[in-house]
Amino acid sequence: MNDARTAILERVRGALHGTERAAAPVPRDYRTNPARRPVRPDLLDLFVERVEDYRARVHRCTPAEVADTLATVLRRRRTVVPDGFAWPVPQPVPGAGLTAAELDRIPAVVTTATLGVATTGTLVLTHGEGQGPRAFSLVPDVHVCVLPADRVVLGVPEAVAALDPHRPQTWISGPSATSDIELDRVEGVHGPRELHVLVVT
Amino acid sequence: MSRTFLGTPAFPEAARAALADPQLRRNLAHATGTIRGKRAAVVSELEETGEWEQLRLAGAAIKDQTLLHLDEHLVALEESLVAAGAVVHWARDAEEACAVVASIAHGHGFDEVVKIKSMATAEIGLNEALAAEGIAAWETDLAELIVQLGDDLPSHILVPAIHRNRAEIREIFLREMAGAGRPAPDDLTDEPARLAEAARLHLREKFLRAGMAVSGANFAVAETGTLVVVESEGNGRMCLTLPEVLVSVVGIEKVVPTWADLDAFLQLLPRSSTGERMNPYTSTWTGVTPGDGPQEVHVVLLDNGRTRALADEVGRQALRCIRCSACLNVCPVYERTGGHAYGSVYPGPIGAILTPLMRGVGEDEQVDSLPYASSLCGACYEVCPVLIDIPSVLVDQRAQVVDARRGQVSHVGEAAAMKGAAWAFGRASRLGAVERATGLAGKFLGRRRVDPGGRGVVSRLLGPGGAWSEARDLPAPPRESFRAWWRRTNGADT
Repeated sequence: MNDARTAILERVRGALHGTERAAAPVPRDYRTNPARRPVRPDLLDLFVERVEDYRARVHRCTPAEVADTLATVLRRRRTVVPDGFAWPVPQPVPGAGLTAAELDRIPAVVTTATLGVATTGTLVLTHGEGQGPRAFSLVPDVHVCVLPADRVVLGVPEAVAALDPHRPQTWISGPSATSDIELDRVEGVHGPRELHVLVVT
Repeated sequence: MSRTFLGTPAFPEAARAALADPQLRRNLAHATGTIRGKRAAVVSELEETGEWEQLRLAGAAIKDQTLLHLDEHLVALEESLVAAGAVVHWARDAEEACAVVASIAHGHGFDEVVKIKSMATAEIGLNEALAAEGIAAWETDLAELIVQLGDDLPSHILVPAIHRNRAEIREIFLREMAGAGRPAPDDLTDEPARLAEAARLHLREKFLRAGMAVSGANFAVAETGTLVVVESEGNGRMCLTLPEVLVSVVGIEKVVPTWADLDAFLQLLPRSSTGERMNPYTSTWTGVTPGDGPQEVHVVLLDNGRTRALADEVGRQALRCIRCSACLNVCPVYERTGGHAYGSVYPGPIGAILTPLMRGVGEDEQVDSLPYASSLCGACYEVCPVLIDIPSVLVDQRAQVVDARRGQVSHVGEAAAMKGAAWAFGRASRLGAVERATGLAGKFLGRRRVDPGGRGVVSRLLGPGGAWSEARDLPAPPRESFRAWWRRTNGADT
């Protein structure tokens, strides 16, 4: 295998032999483009509009209303609750130690999110406190995500800059979907088919 | 088990067969039309602000800079991956890469793996290689599942089953799912939502029992060792998260220098490929995370012709490709012939340059026909998110094909014709003689007819020019040349 490594690196150097390799700066104007809008509080409206565009359901509520909203959305469904999730749910199943097969028999899951991205309507999970390992927000069919409004950023550049690449991440934009049949979008394949986002202001 | 592209005839012949299939043409026109509209809508949002062009320039520049220092970035990537707990393997070619994956599976005693859709693993023929080792590779992307169950070949980079419509997909599911696991429900309709549901049920049991997954990666970050997979259905997340062992086969051109570089590509890719502001799921992982996801992570860095492409100064830009497939969806040739005619997992305009660049020209008739599978209209260049000038590379590849085949029998006729033309154009008296001869010959030179514009054409030449005139009309030679007319009428000065 070391032979392959040496050979590939030699081939790369051979292929570039005689090519001017001086570094040229990468133009990053897309980050500072002044037309990038909007600023708060329109940011939140944009986030909500873009999330709803994917046919996810958005519920705006105050911190005091979170528990009631969760109860309304989850109804009597058994719900996986990750360590560190701060709000009560009607039928909690503690997440710690659940196997994939066990998760598959539980209909719903609640998590928080680390970030929301307004222009793309995306939630970013980094799978720490309140979010649980990656399988939690994947296997159950209903995912309810609680996002404090101050975690919404404008766009992808702001999100990438704020995130720690050493943490595993899942960027979620709407429910699971496919366009594989005649390039028509259909919601609901392997991931949760129902996605609710509670935006807490 | 499954079919391969081996033995696909050269493009003109393969295209003729595809063009004769009206169902295929309807399916393709419908699908590419839909995706073009979606892409245009989400790209125009960023064109209005000027961001789109800025993103394309950045995307191209990042990739170019990376390619020019590819050796350094690969070494950095390896170091970061190892530091994060991953095992790094290097593979010069398909055979080496397949052997690595098979040996990891054998090492654990696995006789099956679940797979995320990956162009790199399709390119190396991994499923066939694993089957030969007694390991079943289950495709879990919906379109790949349709292709695999139907014992079919992929025909599009993003949607490998684009050539199938919903009724055909229903047929395949009803007929084939039972043989591969959980059968399709008896009352399955051709509603896309019902078909997706059938796939969900069929694959769920495989996700839950699989011990090993195989993926590719859309990006590999040198600085941190982070791999990125961009997907829609969640089958990718299932594969990346549930099995204990994960093997990712990554082309060496997938490396980007820094985590921050992703902020351009995560905007360019979804808008260009599925025509969405963001794809439903993007997963990133950096080696092993204790207590979350696979606890054994392997990365296979694959060359398989990429360094050959890198050595081509004009063609190396093809290695910027992020496999979005926007160029397929706008290509007038692809829209009519579909992907199978290109005889490779990389069809369409990008395939027409990538395949000859990675495999080299002058040895295989089929590969050498690909740079000609284009009208050079330039639509591909216009939509490319990383500004690959596909038309220029096509023209350069054509020149390389001609150079490589100089003196070969198939090109002797053309070379003789060009030599003859040079002789005739070299002196006025010779040209005059040739003109008189063609005027006469025009009367006997094959079948004459009048084209829709009212111009006389010869639609089929006789003799050695016959093959050349199969796909094009030749203007019928005039009875009198311009120069003869000028002499006779004294420049029409009458």
